[in-house]
Amino acid sequence: MTRDISRRSMLKGAAAVGAAGALPMLPFAAEAADEILVGGLHDLSGFLDFAGIPMNRIMLMAIEEINAKGGLLGKKVRGVVYDPQSNMSMYSQFATQLALKDKATVVMGGITSASRETIRPIFHRFKTLYFYNTLYEGGVCDRNEISLGTTPAQTVEKLVPYTMGLWGKKVYTIAADYNYGQITAAWVKRYVEQNGGEVVSTDFFPLDVTNFGPTISKIQSAKPDMVMSVLVGSGHLGFYNQWAAAGMKNEIPIASTTFGAGGAEIEIIKPEVANGIISCYGYYPTVDTPENKAWVQQVKKRYPEKTPLLTELSAFTWEGMMIWADAVRSAGSMDRMKLLEVMESGKTYTMPSGKVSIDPKTHHAIRDVYIADLKDKQFVIKKKFSQVQPADTQLVCDLEKTPNANKHYEISLE
Amino acid sequence: MDYSLVVAIELVREVAGLILIATGLAVIFGMMRVINIAHGEFMMLGGYTVVLTTKMGVNIWVAILILAPLAVGIFGVIVERCIIRHLYGRIIDSLLATWGLSLFLIGFVTVVFGNTVEGVSNPFGGFAVGQYKVAGYTFFLIFAAVAFIASVYLTLKYTKAGLIARATMQNSDMVEALGVNSKHVYMATFGIGAAFAGLAGGLLAPISGVVPGMGALLIGKAFITVVTGGAAVVAGTLSASTILGSISQAVTFATNPVYGDAALLFVALILLRLLPQGITGRIFTRSI
Repeated sequence: MTRDISRRSMLKGAAAVGAAGALPMLPFAAEAADEILVGGLHDLSGFLDFAGIPMNRIMLMAIEEINAKGGLLGKKVRGVVYDPQSNMSMYSQFATQLALKDKATVVMGGITSASRETIRPIFHRFKTLYFYNTLYEGGVCDRNEISLGTTPAQTVEKLVPYTMGLWGKKVYTIAADYNYGQITAAWVKRYVEQNGGEVVSTDFFPLDVTNFGPTISKIQSAKPDMVMSVLVGSGHLGFYNQWAAAGMKNEIPIASTTFGAGGAEIEIIKPEVANGIISCYGYYPTVDTPENKAWVQQVKKRYPEKTPLLTELSAFTWEGMMIWADAVRSAGSMDRMKLLEVMESGKTYTMPSGKVSIDPKTHHAIRDVYIADLKDKQFVIKKKFSQVQPADTQLVCDLEKTPNANKHYEISLE
Repeated sequence: MDYSLVVAIELVREVAGLILIATGLAVIFGMMRVINIAHGEFMMLGGYTVVLTTKMGVNIWVAILILAPLAVGIFGVIVERCIIRHLYGRIIDSLLATWGLSLFLIGFVTVVFGNTVEGVSNPFGGFAVGQYKVAGYTFFLIFAAVAFIASVYLTLKYTKAGLIARATMQNSDMVEALGVNSKHVYMATFGIGAAFAGLAGGLLAPISGVVPGMGALLIGKAFITVVTGGAAVVAGTLSASTILGSISQAVTFATNPVYGDAALLFVALILLRLLPQGITGRIFTRSI
């Protein structure tokens, strides 16, 4: 009997091996005392995988880099990676697991604001240091979280006057219908009005809308000088194609707070459609500094094939790792409070994106932001703004006064 | 004036869109009474056929008009042979089986192509309507919807094959007694329904791009249209698409796409409350 290996059982075995091979990221349960564990919670599948996969690969690259330089406090750093699959219940499950079972010393991750608000309170409760490295609508007030992404006061505030100066004062906003889109659209309106312009209309779209025909007609009848796109996700990418197909490409220009943020947009949307869209982020691969050139080369060397898309999201994930590693070295300890004190001390870090420091009041980054024009899949940087404060979150949050805050404020614009 | 013309064009376009996604389902569900939950994935496969073949250098028209319906039609025949033919008359079982098929197809395509949007460039430029611009592709979609309806109508009404198909769906024993192999008729009908779905997916690919989960966005509207239309394939699809599409698009213009979709569901709800057998269950009862 034992010799009788049927074709079916062979196939079963092969399938099992295949299934195991497909899950190389599963963490090992070992709790070696000579290792420092870093948790990674990025969407590696599901509708945000295009953003999550590069973030995860850059995080792993940063871990290798730290280990190549001798690790931290004489220990090796090891990444514990879970794939929450763009699913909020898996986010909360894995966050709890990272905090309690794996006892990760720090966690990088969360992409949408929804996922962040799922895991942030968990890390707050279990006192696990947390880095959120995505651009978002601002307003998180939590001493346990370091938010490295840009907020509307850093980007929209620059993008609106710049594009209004180029194109004119009548703005038509189209935005994704969830908290990021709603709040960012409100910021757009505020900045347009502050600059003496007018938002003629703001239309919101659920993430699954793919047909923008009526909207394109409405925009044409409103005759704005420019369109501000706060659209999010793959479904909304249809807008740009339909806009170009209607021949509007050279009629009304588009600025966007999101296009190219995840990186995949510039690969999916053809240059003849995407050229000329102006955006504003804290990082572009074309930032012209020796640090950035060296970093881009480093990424290409580490991932010569399928090089991860370098965007604010992936670049800031690397920055998060480096800022954390620096804090561990300076504090000479893994103690969370000591690390926070180092990061709150107002240190300035020289990063691929420029000079970065952590605002002690909000735990958001004070950083350089850039305005870029998209040309043939390349972001041509038009203007740089140095050391921009997260002024929106500063309106509502002062962690020096309320160190125990644990809240995401919706910043009121009334 | 120009603006109302643009609005009218968009209304017709939405009606055309519903006709495109519902015709294949009307054949499979309306005629054959098979609940094909994987219908949305059939459209997705049509879209991917277009994306893949145009990447390989095939002319986009050949890809959309020939390869997409051909590939999905053949796939439909295989599905009918392997799964569906065992489940005729067992509505719940066919629902479960095609649901499983739908999940499998989404997973399979995700594994192979990744869960990202693939795009095809639009083969038409803009079109001036007074001072407005409308995508030329809009007119092509409207034309395609007319062709869909016309081809189904003419086939069912005036060809022998159409007559046999209608007869088989009404009384397959009688048709067998007259010397027709009803199994072949079922197989071909299912394949044709699938081919319509593939063609619809191919036609929609340049507008919205294709993504493994796109079927889920289409299947709901397709079913609502077919159910609201009732048993008659042509008259049902046409009347339901016209009512639902124009109302939802008018609401979209007046407000936004959320209320547009809500209006579509609301109208369907009222229609089904008043006409539980669908529009053609009460009106146009003798039509095809």
